[in-house]
Amino acid sequence: MANIPNITRRRLLGTIAAAPLLGPAIGRAQQARPATRAIPSSGEAVPLVGLGSWITFNVGNDRAARDASAEVMRNFFLAGGRLIDSSPMYGSAQEVIGYGLKKFGRPANLFAADKVWIADGEAGRAQIEKSRQLWGIPRFDLMQVHNLLSWQAHLPTLFAMKAAGQLRYVGITTSHGRRHGEMEQIMASQPLDFVQLTYNFIDREVEQRLLPLARERGIAVIVNRPFQQGSLLRRLERHPLPPWAAEIDCSSWAQFALKFIISHPAVTCVIPATTRVDHVRENMGAASGRLPDQAMRARMAAFVDRL
Amino acid sequence: MSEWWTYGPRDLLMFSAQTYYRLFERYNLDLWPLQILALVLGAAVLVLWWRDGDRAGRAIAVILAVCWLWVAWGFHWQRYASINLAGSYFALAFVVQALLLLWLGVVRGRLTPVPATRLQQRAGLVLFLFALLIFPLMGPLLGRSWTQAEVFGMAPDPTALATLGILLFAGARPVWGLFPIPVAWCLISGATLWAMESPDFAVVPLAALLAVLLAVGGALMVAWSKRSSR
Repeated sequence: MANIPNITRRRLLGTIAAAPLLGPAIGRAQQARPATRAIPSSGEAVPLVGLGSWITFNVGNDRAARDASAEVMRNFFLAGGRLIDSSPMYGSAQEVIGYGLKKFGRPANLFAADKVWIADGEAGRAQIEKSRQLWGIPRFDLMQVHNLLSWQAHLPTLFAMKAAGQLRYVGITTSHGRRHGEMEQIMASQPLDFVQLTYNFIDREVEQRLLPLARERGIAVIVNRPFQQGSLLRRLERHPLPPWAAEIDCSSWAQFALKFIISHPAVTCVIPATTRVDHVRENMGAASGRLPDQAMRARMAAFVDRL
Repeated sequence: MSEWWTYGPRDLLMFSAQTYYRLFERYNLDLWPLQILALVLGAAVLVLWWRDGDRAGRAIAVILAVCWLWVAWGFHWQRYASINLAGSYFALAFVVQALLLLWLGVVRGRLTPVPATRLQQRAGLVLFLFALLIFPLMGPLLGRSWTQAEVFGMAPDPTALATLGILLFAGARPVWGLFPIPVAWCLISGATLWAMESPDFAVVPLAALLAVLLAVGGALMVAWSKRSSR
């Protein structure tokens, strides 16, 4: 279990390089590094908690809201975060991420994850290029086929881009528990680096086949919708946090929910989205301290089931 | 999108309620005091209806067409499209409605005002006054900021509702070709507000459905009275 911070030379150099751009608080952030887990296909370590952008970063051209999103990103990086995930489907989110990266500077160790989401396979490269320009980065680290849309057409393109050094990793995504059968077939037949899927206290179907298959095939797993778009947290927050949550260093229901997810051995990273600085700090806190073992995970799941 | 039938409005909602209402706030602040002109245009519709006559009906249609065009450009295209991928399609639909108003209301003269003697005509008048005067107050009454008020002629919901009201009271018989787009918008808007858990999500779709029921009921009553008088 990856509850010990894993500081690679590459990541340390990246953080040091980004420090002047991230302001004086960087020193404090370095004191609390998030735990990491290795991407199976490369061994590269990524923090267990990333940052999603669905809904939260789609604020259009609202300058004040863009500044607030940039502040969330800044605090995410200060807390040791690296992986940000977006999609052309998320409205203005890519542009807002680009705004934040330009405003505070792009950390050298940024892990940029995006998606291709277009039915026409021929148009995939152009869409990826447009996304790259919106982010304002030289290349994406991870490019995923969004919701398996035209995956037969897009995957060869993505693998070719990876071979040409235009991407580092290739993946596929689904959400809301849809199309698991098809995802399983693709995972079994294609040399994927990543899959992205929904996993939380309520949506646990992936424990049956997809997560074990990811481990077996050496595929990294990004988890979306950890709070069921907030509805799970609203439900949990009607009850007091159990005192034994302190045994795994949880101080909030959000951390309780995130620690359950990232303690699954197949999970590489969870990507909660938020508009609030205090929440991004709280979320990053889930990647620190003790993680639940199997017995504790069962206890957590049973407790939530009873609520 | 495969398995599209398994997606509900909450799965498709791609922005927060905060972002949505901030859109109106910035819109109102950027364009103030255009809201007063919009309300004057709404009052002009009432005056024209009161004056009666074929030219008044055509003038009402022009005012409505201008409002629909403005909402298409100023709201949907310039603002809503920045947070909703469907925003440009909504803009297109609003332009089509403006063209239909010009064709059926101005060229064909189908919105000639008549005295509000029947139930649906009175209800239409009430719906128009609701859209013009009460609707902008709803947000503030529910705790949202005054600056987020949705005003006839500028915001899509009160413009669609006011149009449906006018379609009920202006014209000797319903102009069915002018109903689909406002009704469709009211249903889409209701679904959006429901997905955002806004407490007033039911107001606009229910008012639109009521307008359709009244129009259909009125048309049936007219047909029945004509048949019985033969």
